[in-house]
Amino acid sequence: MTAAPIVELDGLTKRFSRKLDVVERFARRLGATIDDRAVQAVSGVDLSIAEGEVVGLVGESGCGKSTLGRMVAGILPPSAGTLRWHGRDLRELSPADRHHANLKIQMVFQDPMASLNPRLRVADIVGEAPVVHGLVPRREAEAYVAALLRQVGLDPAYLRRYPHQFSGGQRQRIGIARALAVKPDVLVCDESVAALDVSIQAQIINLFMRLREELSLTYLFISHDLGVVEHISDRTAIMYLGRIVELAPTPELFDKPNHPYAKALLDEAPRVSVEKRRFAPIRGEIPSPLDPPSGCAFHPRCPHAMPLCSAERPALREIAPRRWSACHLNETTGP
Amino acid sequence: MTEPLLRVDGLKTHFLTRAGTVKAVDGVSLRLDRGEILGLVGESGSGKSVTGQSILGLVDPPGRVVGGRVLFQGEDLVGAGEKRLRAIRGRRIAMIFQDPMMTLNPVLSIGTQMVEAVQAHEKVGRAEAWERSRRALVRVGIASPDERLAAYPHQFSGGMRQRVAIAIALLHSPDLIIADEPTTALDVTIQAQILFEVQKLCRETGTALIWVTHDLAVVSALADRVAVMYAGRVVETGTVAEIIGNPRHPYTRGLLESVPSRNRRGVPLRSIPGMTPSVLDLPEGCAFHPRCDRSTGACTVMPELSGEREDRAWRCWNPVAAEARGDAA
Ligand SMILES: Nc1ncnc2c1ncn2[C@@H]1O[C@H](COP(=O)(O)OP(=O)(O)OP(=O)(O)O)[C@@H](O)[C@H]1O
Ligand SMILES: Nc1ncnc2c1ncn2[C@@H]1O[C@H](COP(=O)(O)OP(=O)(O)OP(=O)(O)O)[C@@H](O)[C@H]1O
Ligand code: SF4
Ligand code: SF4
Ligand SMILES: [Mg+2]
Ligand SMILES: [Mg+2]
Repeated sequence: MTAAPIVELDGLTKRFSRKLDVVERFARRLGATIDDRAVQAVSGVDLSIAEGEVVGLVGESGCGKSTLGRMVAGILPPSAGTLRWHGRDLRELSPADRHHANLKIQMVFQDPMASLNPRLRVADIVGEAPVVHGLVPRREAEAYVAALLRQVGLDPAYLRRYPHQFSGGQRQRIGIARALAVKPDVLVCDESVAALDVSIQAQIINLFMRLREELSLTYLFISHDLGVVEHISDRTAIMYLGRIVELAPTPELFDKPNHPYAKALLDEAPRVSVEKRRFAPIRGEIPSPLDPPSGCAFHPRCPHAMPLCSAERPALREIAPRRWSACHLNETTGP
Repeated sequence: MTEPLLRVDGLKTHFLTRAGTVKAVDGVSLRLDRGEILGLVGESGSGKSVTGQSILGLVDPPGRVVGGRVLFQGEDLVGAGEKRLRAIRGRRIAMIFQDPMMTLNPVLSIGTQMVEAVQAHEKVGRAEAWERSRRALVRVGIASPDERLAAYPHQFSGGMRQRVAIAIALLHSPDLIIADEPTTALDVTIQAQILFEVQKLCRETGTALIWVTHDLAVVSALADRVAVMYAGRVVETGTVAEIIGNPRHPYTRGLLESVPSRNRRGVPLRSIPGMTPSVLDLPEGCAFHPRCDRSTGACTVMPELSGEREDRAWRCWNPVAAEARGDAA
């Protein structure tokens, strides 16, 4: 646990200046007051991921999970903050080393169909990157892809097929094979099982877990499904409106969440049970990232909110060994 | 004689495509009493949405209901005229689609659309209709309703649009709501709010509900009874306690066992091997047999739906034993 983290985020931040869509520009011409506005999708996130660790990332739609994942995978440049690879600031690496680091972190996306080029055969989808990056000579590409397909549980006879000739679960396996083709150390999985049926989802989760053992992979596993995250990750981070509000070893977090938002999330998540449940109404409204509440962003919905909460933002603090939470309650009552 | 609110009998909806006949729904029977909540579950492509659309006569060509009956309060809706169906839709049976923009008009304000929806079926004044719309928005967790009523759909996030579509379905306290995966895109806390309102409506006004989903957790928390579909057919039906506590069809059992939270952390999940069959190329007999660990020679013939009662039945030659349940460790 004390080895230098493989990936380290330090104050990672992403701002988007939101362009108006066609309808909005049209509405503005008709006199509506709509401005271009900046969205702070991710705000000052600190997170260290140890080699071989699986960190789960959960939070409601729009809280910034994908944006964070894409920055970690090197697809999206941060607006501020530092990303370290084996302890070294990515910006200070030589271009060759940075290129190497970027290859070592690969992303697996949610929608297997949208992320695969429909006009390419599986052999090219999976084989192109390793050839281009000189990891595999072109002559050997086909044998290399065949071995990868076998590794993700696909018949190598499928090499010549196109994506539309596969089922959703098979396409997700192709997406995983493509990510593995450049021999990454870290996989960022963004809702990689969300589009799949329950029975197929279980197969893919098992594949991720097997690959972790076989290839000693490290994962940042993004999902809105708490059951999936609880099952697969060693530690879980909970995000709310661009910030991590709780981070802890998975069993502890799920047994005894500290942050009121984490509690609400775990309470509301339906579980398979034979008992019918009475749902309760929530207070407040999900705030917009365009107009985040002051202080603790959760305060309009928090049952424990106090005057301090709207005035001052609580810092993410270590409240017990390896347990982090950002809530003023920990300061007043203390752990 | 207790005639159920809705009785679907041997419903068949087929799509005549160039590649062949897609038997999307092939002999589905369901029944629903007033105030009852039925969960309709099954994997992608199993025919859940087409079943819902068929009940309301909303199947798009080349799809057609080619057999069976849909008895709503004794009246057969299959073959009913478009005028009659329009009178029933919205007021007595409301549909919530997976995509809220199927319900919403992008060029009209939310308020205009909701007021129209109220006045389409009831003779009430504008002020009264506006007030009802306001209350409906509050019920689905939308704050500052007056401002929101003046806004247009594009000014809402996807989740908020979906809640507006749900609010519109709740407007008239219809006799039956068919909801097609309406909360899959929503945060669990908002989902819980919606489920709270839906439960309340069913309890207080006797509205019956068909909730289409692939999320077994939602179904188990919300529904009274469950129908499990596979490849265009109902393969098992029963109360939530019966389906979750003692599934008899191997597919239902497999589904339950693959839910992550029913497995021990970190160990491989139990999973159903193979993949969902293409409806154009269904195996002979029981469509589940290539994936089934209980299949025998008999399974190349399609089993009938049979069991303890009309609403506790399974379609399997070798059902899972009554007491052996694959409980999570
Ligand atoms: N390219 C972009 N331009 C402008 N705003 C963006 C862009 N990408 C994301 N955003 C905004 O940033 C915020 C975070 O988005 P992000 O996609 O990271 O959320 P998420 O947590 O992945 O949500 P989901 O669970 O719905 O996938 C949202 O408010 C979104 O509208
Ligand atoms: N317009 C169409 N033309 C041809 N086939 C169709 C058409 N619409 C639906 N189908 C087929 O009917 C079958 C049932 O589809 P349906 O949409 O009811 O599935 P579902 O159970 O709702 O799945 P999902 O969970 O993905 O929504 C599918 O195999 C689908 O391909
Ligand atoms: S800081 Fe205040 S508002 Fe925020 S979660 Fe803690 S108690 Fe609630
Ligand atoms: S009929 Fe046979 S193949 Fe089908 S579910 Fe039952 S045992 Fe399995
Ligand atoms: Mg995302
Ligand atoms: Mg559907």
